[in-house]
Amino acid sequence: MTNLPSAVTAPRAGTAVAGGHAPAEGAASRHRRLTTRTGALFVTPYVLFLLVVFAIPMVYTLWISVHRFYFTAPGTHADSPWVGLSNYRDVFTDPVVGRAFLNIAVFLVINVPLTVLLALVLAAALNAKIRFRAFFRAAYYLPYITASVALVAVWQFLFGSDGFVNHLLGSHAPDPSWLVNSHLAMPMIAVFVTWKQLGFFVMLYLAALQNVGKELYEAASVDGAGRIRQFFSVTVPGVRPATTLVVIYAIITGANLFSEPYLLTGGGGPDHASTSPVLLMYQKGIEQGHPDFAAALGVVLVAFVLVISLAARKLTERGN
Amino acid sequence: MLRRTAYSLVALALAGAATATACGRAAPDATTAANAHGPITIWLSNNAQEVAWGKNMVGAWNKSHPGQHVTVQQIPAGKTSEEAISASIIAGTSACLVFNTAPASVPTFQKQNGLVPLSDFPDGDAYIQKRGGALTDQYKSQDGKFYQLPWKSNPVMILYNKKIFKKAGLDPEHPQLATYEQFLKTSRTLVHSGAAKAAIWPAPSSEFFQSWLDFYPAFAAQTGGKQLIEDGKPQFDSPAGRQVAAFWRTMYSEKLAPQELYPGDAVNDGKSAMATVGAWAVSAYKDSVDIGVAPVPTADGKSPDDTYSFSDEKSAAMFSACRNRGTAWDLLKFASSAQEDGKFLEATGQMPMREDLTDRYAGFFAKKPLYKAFARQAEHVVEVPNVPGSVDIWQAFRDEWTKSVVFGDQPTDTGLRKASEKISELLDEYGDQS
Repeated sequence: MTNLPSAVTAPRAGTAVAGGHAPAEGAASRHRRLTTRTGALFVTPYVLFLLVVFAIPMVYTLWISVHRFYFTAPGTHADSPWVGLSNYRDVFTDPVVGRAFLNIAVFLVINVPLTVLLALVLAAALNAKIRFRAFFRAAYYLPYITASVALVAVWQFLFGSDGFVNHLLGSHAPDPSWLVNSHLAMPMIAVFVTWKQLGFFVMLYLAALQNVGKELYEAASVDGAGRIRQFFSVTVPGVRPATTLVVIYAIITGANLFSEPYLLTGGGGPDHASTSPVLLMYQKGIEQGHPDFAAALGVVLVAFVLVISLAARKLTERGN
Repeated sequence: MLRRTAYSLVALALAGAATATACGRAAPDATTAANAHGPITIWLSNNAQEVAWGKNMVGAWNKSHPGQHVTVQQIPAGKTSEEAISASIIAGTSACLVFNTAPASVPTFQKQNGLVPLSDFPDGDAYIQKRGGALTDQYKSQDGKFYQLPWKSNPVMILYNKKIFKKAGLDPEHPQLATYEQFLKTSRTLVHSGAAKAAIWPAPSSEFFQSWLDFYPAFAAQTGGKQLIEDGKPQFDSPAGRQVAAFWRTMYSEKLAPQELYPGDAVNDGKSAMATVGAWAVSAYKDSVDIGVAPVPTADGKSPDDTYSFSDEKSAAMFSACRNRGTAWDLLKFASSAQEDGKFLEATGQMPMREDLTDRYAGFFAKKPLYKAFARQAEHVVEVPNVPGSVDIWQAFRDEWTKSVVFGDQPTDTGLRKASEKISELLDEYGDQS
């Protein structure tokens, strides 16, 4: 995709040099203007989309976050006085917010490494010539395209207090049970999301594996490297850009966590044990009527995701 | 060139946004709307019997009021009615009348400029007070006006499954549920005998309104009718509140009430032997559960006539998006007339907010004695306090309740103390703003 504009817009070297006359330069200039305008026309819908769906709401969110604000009926007046950083102070001093970010940290610590590891190993396996490869690829992808509500029902069937797993464990089952246990609720969500999203990440890695040259494996094989050595010395470095993408995407997914704690643990679990920042934004902004607090929390969350994503990128691209 | 194009795009987007805003709904002029007559829409809850009554009521109205056609709909889907109504206020799309407005949300809706003060109609206060009698005053807002017409209540009582009681070897006609000791003993028998997984299964989750079905009825019963907040002060960090919390903690710690949300209807599915519910449940369960009704327990037991409970009341309110408020007010009076109240009671079993229900509708209660207990309970109910920040206050309470009572992560006394302190802060905060 990045090659396309330069291929279209760059004048062919021979044309200008061979011609060397003013009319030819003018034609090139006109051609450049035309292609620029055509390009601008093509990107207009996306720029508009970005402005309307992202930039304007983002600026509005920033505005709300520094005012005392609540939603009112259209055409009616309500004061929205400037309160400076007061909403941010409320966000940083609210213990539930701290708990929500801690929950996300727990989630990321479990979900991200597990996602990368499982997705890469499965992709490598599914990239090899194995029987029923198409079936396995579809099987891993199925949870990703299935509605969250349906998957939650499966998870509750497995891990509910009366569920299948507890029947197997008998007296060894945790008390309180998995989804209402303040120590287990968040890890359960992390594992659930890993399972649900795995197919998508496997697909990303499968695409990346197509670009790893077969000659590298052959060379490694000639040098006497076994399958495990080949995996660590050829596959892992070969898909490093994909790993960066997977890690950042997994972080963003984790930071946006909403439906899983909402559905799986009854809206935040025991004592906010599975409350996520986005769920908290919903509760504060919609259920409790404090959009100003929710806006400030949203801004903090964006900053959090940016910092974590940049750190993850540095980490995954180290040694490139 | 590119910069010019970028500026043009930004200008275009901003113009689009401004046009979209300008095309948004404007609020109707209050003076004009107050006397305007014409078509209106009303919303009802999604209770099947209630919808059937609403359609009949509106059918009767439409027959005699050409030019003032009323359309009846169920409240749009949402997690709760309150969220759906709140969203409709912001969008300017709410119906003229909503016959399912929770009193706890009225201060929020007021703050959103979403409600029409019914007191502003010339006969507003007089009509509301005449209809509801002594029960009415607790529904006044802090500015002294009525923004809601208290319409129906579903006083919370203990509903039990007679078959499960019998299976557990208990006498279903004389259940031992009056005192905490009796209630616990009965619950232990129900669960330990294997007759049911749970003795009772209120939602243990953290939503602010869940306390209306476990703590609040028991607190009202134990205190003889105290509200959560009275005279601007929380009332529950008291010996009565502590007794209630200790009772429910025992229910959870002994696994008589589960700590996990049931993903369906536990009573209907035979998983729970009892429930805390209002009169609506009688018709809802009539084909599936053989039910009995008992008052909410207290520490030492009280006679049914002295036992208070939570009203679980729903009001009818008029919303500011309404352009034909003259018609809406006339319809509200028609829908809450003695005749329509009688039809409503007959169709749904829910209690119109009127005094002397059992005398006024004696024929109905003679035919359906199970409802009589709810009607008597309706005369001893408390409402959620009508104070600004009501939702925050209930959420603060619920957070401590789930932590201490449901999960035992801190002593119940500590939970009540912390909730009381937090609620006092909220009351100060909201008091300062008003």
